[in-house]
Amino acid sequence: MKFLCVPCDRQMTFEERQTPGDGTLAAVFRCPKCERMTAMLANPMETQLVSSLGVKVGGRTVPQAEFEGIRGGVTAGRDDAFEDREPATPPAGPVRWSPEAVERLGLVPSFVRGMVKKIYNDYARERGIARMTPAVMDQARSDLGLEGM
Amino acid sequence: MNLKIRTYNQVAEAESNLPDQVAEAARRVAVRLHTVQMTLAVMSGKGGVGKSMVSALLAASFARRGMKTGLLDADLNGPSTAHLLGVDGDGLAVGPEGIEPARSSGDVRIMSMSLILDQDAALSWREPRDSGYIWRGAQERRALREFLADTAWGRLDIMVIDLPPGGPRLADLHAMVPDLTGVVVVTAPGRSARDAVARSLDLARARSAPVAGLIENMSGVVCSECGEITRVHEGGEADALAARFGVPVLGALPLDSGLAAAADGGRVEDWTDRKGAAGSVRDLVRQLALRTEEELQRLRLEHPRGGSGG
Ligand SMILES: [Zn+2]
Repeated sequence: MKFLCVPCDRQMTFEERQTPGDGTLAAVFRCPKCERMTAMLANPMETQLVSSLGVKVGGRTVPQAEFEGIRGGVTAGRDDAFEDREPATPPAGPVRWSPEAVERLGLVPSFVRGMVKKIYNDYARERGIARMTPAVMDQARSDLGLEGM
Repeated sequence: MNLKIRTYNQVAEAESNLPDQVAEAARRVAVRLHTVQMTLAVMSGKGGVGKSMVSALLAASFARRGMKTGLLDADLNGPSTAHLLGVDGDGLAVGPEGIEPARSSGDVRIMSMSLILDQDAALSWREPRDSGYIWRGAQERRALREFLADTAWGRLDIMVIDLPPGGPRLADLHAMVPDLTGVVVVTAPGRSARDAVARSLDLARARSAPVAGLIENMSGVVCSECGEITRVHEGGEADALAARFGVPVLGALPLDSGLAAAADGGRVEDWTDRKGAAGSVRDLVRQLALRTEEELQRLRLEHPRGGSGG
């Protein structure tokens, strides 16, 4: 889908996404000319349908993780189903995790923990963030649309 | 009021990222399958005809003959092929190339929901709150695509894909793997199986999916004393169906208590000898695999892969 600012005849660009946690999605688009913003509000079914295609409204900034739909989606995953290993030499330097961030990651079920950690690390590296904190995690969740992870 | 606004295909200045992302998902599948020589989908008209057993026997037989073999269990809600080959999964490694498939002792590379879910857990998906139903089908399509694209299959001579009973998933698979080499349909004696198989064949034909042939399972009973095979039905149903749809019968396998016990114990691979006395079940399994491969090779020559890169 695309959004067109009718008075300016310009395609609006993706600005920000919000996932309030109730399965719905809000995506804000802005007209690059007049700056007017419009919000697309999707109900849980619409949100689910888009996510099942493996796409994120607003575009992804970090690559899709392997089995992201399965690992983020199934309810009864086996704890030891996956062995996630951090690469010995991360592509762009290590991201240091604050104790609070580590604690919060510990709350993520082990079935998806390794994958979620990798997504957060990729997100931080891409933005030149050296230290992972709960605030960065919140921002990443919202930016990447990691609802339910 | 009639605003003269530009429509979807006329607007292209900014990122039109949703279609791009969908195309990217399809590309990931194509790239992964580029190193897979042949893909074989195993379907059945209805449940209970031993389709997964046939898939497991075929995969094990191909591997036994030295072919690099993958087995993708697309029966997400009733995954049993991994168990049949004695694989229960022990932490799938997430490697640089993707998720490493599990390996059977006979070197079949397997990906299955049973390796991922808690033991005995049914497949269910996170549902958004306040949603009376969920797009289960859409989630399952995504899972199938991830199995295809994100598993580090490596170079394979053949990938066997065990589809769930019934037809609809074939359409999903064929959309993701447009150059599927062949489909085999597993049937069992009896009228209801026959009708269901006819529907499956019709569906495959409607989708222009290449049908390699029919496999009749449970075609008879093996005497546990003398090994003689007795047919339970008059027979001829598979032949009649095959003639009607213009496809071959690739083989028939009887019910055998020894094979059933091996299936329970995860030792199906033991039933894929290179030799085996003529007329024995092992020999029938071997013949079936040979005949299936022969038909796939023929289809592959008939429909060479397009130059689109898979
Ligand atoms: Zn504007």
